[in-house]
Order: sequence, then structure tokens, then C-alpha cells
Amino acid sequence: MTITKVNVRNQVISKPNARLLAESITIQYDHRVISKNLSIEIPEGSFTVIIGPNACGKSTLLRALSNLLKPSEGQVLLDGKNIHSYKSKEVAKKLGLLPQSSTAPEGITVANLVAHGRYPHQNLIRQWTEADELAVINAMELTNTLELSNRFVDELSGGQRQRVWVAMVLAQQTPLLLLDEPTTYLDIAHQIELLELFKDLNEQGNTLIAVLHDLNQAARYATHLIAMKNGKVIAQGKPCEIVTEQLIEEVYGLKCMVIEDPVTHTPLIVPLGRAGINEN
Amino acid sequence: MQRINFGRKYLQLNGPLKMRLDVRNATITAIFLAVIVAISVFALMVGSLKLSIDEVFSALFGQTSGFKRTIVVNWRLPRVIVAIIFGAGLAVSGSIFQSITKNPLGSPDVIGFSSGSYTGVLFVLLVLGSNSFSSVAIGSLIGGFATALIIYLLAFQGGTHGFRLIIVGIAMSTILGSINSMLLLQSKTEVALSAAAWGVGSLNGIDWEHGLPAVFLVIVFLLLAVVMNRPLREMELGEDTAKSHGVRINRTQGLLIIIAVSLTASATAVMGPVTFVALAAPQIALRFTKTTGSFAPTAVIGSFLLLGADVLAQRIIPGTILPVGVVTLSIGGLYLVWLLFRQARTAS
Repeated sequence: MTITKVNVRNQVISKPNARLLAESITIQYDHRVISKNLSIEIPEGSFTVIIGPNACGKSTLLRALSNLLKPSEGQVLLDGKNIHSYKSKEVAKKLGLLPQSSTAPEGITVANLVAHGRYPHQNLIRQWTEADELAVINAMELTNTLELSNRFVDELSGGQRQRVWVAMVLAQQTPLLLLDEPTTYLDIAHQIELLELFKDLNEQGNTLIAVLHDLNQAARYATHLIAMKNGKVIAQGKPCEIVTEQLIEEVYGLKCMVIEDPVTHTPLIVPLGRAGINEN
Repeated sequence: MQRINFGRKYLQLNGPLKMRLDVRNATITAIFLAVIVAISVFALMVGSLKLSIDEVFSALFGQTSGFKRTIVVNWRLPRVIVAIIFGAGLAVSGSIFQSITKNPLGSPDVIGFSSGSYTGVLFVLLVLGSNSFSSVAIGSLIGGFATALIIYLLAFQGGTHGFRLIIVGIAMSTILGSINSMLLLQSKTEVALSAAAWGVGSLNGIDWEHGLPAVFLVIVFLLLAVVMNRPLREMELGEDTAKSHGVRINRTQGLLIIIAVSLTASATAVMGPVTFVALAAPQIALRFTKTTGSFAPTAVIGSFLLLGADVLAQRIIPGTILPVGVVTLSIGGLYLVWLLFRQARTAS
């Protein structure tokens, strides 16, 4: 009898409770409304991927979730509190962000750039400690950038540079990681390498939220998928449950076939294009 | 032991201040400090009455009294100290603006704050007809800040745009230049002459009474700049990254602009607009240290430039003491042309 009770209680607790959620937020730039009355929960421990056509508001949502943009209505809750009510450094200890674009200062070396990720943990008299050093080493090991540590960031290849920026976010040691189109501008091999890294990080207990352009990569790596269109969430859930030919047509206006990925058994989207339509 | 190869040498400090000391930056700072001390001693020795090193030191440390002590401590020393502190202040001011605008042209002398200070001074001297030191200083500060505010309002619309700030600043600088000429042309010749002399920028006749308040102000703002250095360096990574690291962008940028304008305006209030130091010192420091990140090398290079230019201005034509502004303007003009050419070439 007692066992059943515990089980019941466990079920209640293990319901996807979210550390990060948006409560009926309206996001706008100046007077242009991007999303109205949008609510979303990021399941704890998930690798959540947001997909949708260009200008559907997915990056804007990510900016709101990471406190870069304040919703004009509603609120973003981080651990049950309005994210805006935290001290900015407190947010930075819980939530790391890899933005779409960053600039490396002139002449900075890889290790020094990664060290910038420690900023939220430092102050004027405690600028560099043992803990910072360990975090930087750990982040560079995870991203395979340790052997690049003394190189100048300007002289790295695109793939290497992106791994360095990821290392910087990892050095921040936050349980939540937000990634805005992390694979853009990388070749396919580097894209997969980076996504595998994110998968590992997720399996180690981090919650990841990424905006991705490639549908098949999203369907393969996401544990939770959010499909957006015109600032609204059209569908969310496990990729194998929600990715259908109807959904892709509704979201992208693209006719396609959804088959099983022979390697990972996740949904694989094959666009029909003109050829496919003529055949039918 | 250093477990991470940063590509640079660091010395880990584990005292009450826990930080990595950049060995190259520290060495360069120390070398320039030594050079500054040497120039200072030279500046205390030379003049219409030449003194030996021994005489200078015994005057400084109180073993000599009388006329020689008066010359060294009351006449020559204030000029040297003012040059060192103001040079550092101008250089750090330039470094802050160049970092905010992400452009080596973004310096207070290029983007019009010095012209604005001059307009404030001319207004006090020519329109209000006052020539007391405090009213001139206040005029300079108000002129500088008003210019900064106007440029800020025109250039910062929904975020920082470095290049827009520079374009608006150069335009403001030109407009203020014509206003300054107009003010000068409409005044009586004698008043206009003394006002025009202020406009060149000079340390001639500086004494403790007039120099000390501004020296004190510049030191305070230099310390504030050191406090704000870390968030400034985060902002060099881009606004989104800085914000995601917990930097409050608007507050940080606002404070930094106030600090930078105050540094320039305090120095300008006393010696008039002196160009080149704010523009060049951060760039020279970058060449030497091969990194941004610390104000110390920039500050000592600024001190070196202003002190060196002032000594040169006093000695270059025998029997004549040039205003230091003439020397920095000549060197600075060439440097600015070179910089513009280089930027135009990389842009195309």
C-alpha cells in the first residue's frame, strides 16, 4: 500500500515541471507585435528545439526567455519568479545564452574569451580564482578546444570559433542553456559535431533550448519540439508524436513526406517539391 | 602554476585581490612609468634657470628652501603633475569612447566634446563677460556635457551604433567650430585674443591653485573608470552576450559616458582643448600590449604623450614657449589623416 502512495506522489512530481516558462506574454519591437498572449513551458531536463519559418518569432521568443527582451504584457518565470525581478547577475548564474552574433575583441586568445563566461561569478576584488580556472578547463575539454587555448580567436575556422563561443557559455556553468541558431554558417560535419555535444550536455542533466533551422536535425535531436508560425505555437511535444506531413504543411506551407530516419528512427522530412507533386 | 595556456603570461594574485596580472601589460606600464619619471626630472631641471639633479631632489624633499625650492615645487612641479594626470585622464577617456563605439576614431576630441567645452568657455568669457577660473571651468563642463547629451540623443536610438556616433560627433564638432568662430568674431579684440589662446590648449602658467581641483577630479574619475572596466570589456563581446553575462547595458553605458566626458571636461576646463592624446594613446597601448582589457598601459602612455609634448613645446623653439596644444595638434593631425586613410582602405 505504502509503495503505491509513493508511486502516486512520484508521478505528480515527475510531471514535466518547468524552471523556465512564459505566461501569456506579448512581445513587441516598438509597435510591431511579434507574439501575443503566448504561453510556453520548457520541460525540465529537456532538449527543447523551436522551429518555424523565417520571421515566425522563434528567435524573439528566445530573446524573451533569456531576458534580453522584456515582454510588454505577461511574464517569463524562472524558478517561479518573474525573470525581470532578479538581479541581472543572478539570472546569468542560472541561464546562459549563445546569441546569434557576438564579436571577439581584437587580439583575444581562445582561453581568454572562454574566461569571459565566468563574469557572473566574479566581482571587482574576486576577478579570478581556482573555481574560474577549473570551469574554463572543463568547458574547453567538453568542446574540444583545450588545444586551441593559446590561439587568437580571429585566426580560427568558423567551426572552431563556434565551439569556442559554446565553451564560453559552458564556462558560465548554468543549468539552463539557450542557443540561438547555433549551427548557422557551419558545414554539415561541424553541425552534427555541435549537436552531438548539445545532446551529451542534455544527457548530463542540463536543460537546453535551441532555435534550429534544419527540421531533420531538430526532429533527430530534440526531446521536446515547439513548432511556431506567426508568433503562435502550432504544436509542441515529442518529435515522433507531433511531426506529421500535415504539421509541416501547416507551418511551412511545404508538401512533404515524413518517413522514419533509418539511423535514429526519428521523423525524417522529405520535401516533395515539384517533382513529388507531378508524380502524385 | 598556470594550468591553462592563455597564450599570454599571467601572474595569479591570491591576496585580498584575487586576479590574474597580465605580465606584458604590467611590464609595459612599468617601463612607461620609468620613462615618465625620467622626463619629469628633466622637466624640473630645465627652464630659464637650469638646475642640477641634486638641486631638484633636494628642493623636492625639502632640504633646500628659498628661490630654488619655489621654482621646482611651486612653478615646475604643478605643470609636470598636471600633465601626467591629465594625460592619463584624456587617454582613458579616449579608450572608453573607442571601446563603446568600437572604432579608433571614436575619441572625445574627434566627436566634438572638446569643441563643446570650448563653446561653453567662450560663452562664459565673451557673452557673460566673466573670466574667473571657476566660471570658466563650469562653462567647460556644461559645454562638454551638453554636447555629449545632444550627440547621445541624436546617435543612440534604440541601441549603440558606433559609426553613427562618430558621424554625428564629427558633424557636431564642425557646427560647434563655426559657433566658436562666430562668438570670437563678434567680440572685442582683446577679449577675443585671450579666449582664442585658451582654445589652443596650454599648460603655460599652471599652478597648484588652478591645477589641483581638476587633478583631484580626474583621479576620482580614473578610479571610477577602473571600477567600470570589467563591464566595459564584457560589452566588447556584443550587447547580447554582455547582457546574458549580467551586464546592465544602459546603466553601464550611461555611467561610462559620464566618466569619459568628465575626464575630458575636467582637463579641458584647466588647459583648454588638447587633441591627439585621447585619440592615439589607446591605439599605441594596443600596439604595445596586443590586447584591450586594461586601462593601465593606456593611462601611462597618455601621461607620457602629454608630458612629452609639453616638454617639447617648451624647448622646441629656443626662447619661445609654445602651447602644448600646438604640438599635439600637429602630430595628431598627421595621425588622424593616416588613421582615416587606413580605415578607408580596410572599408573598401
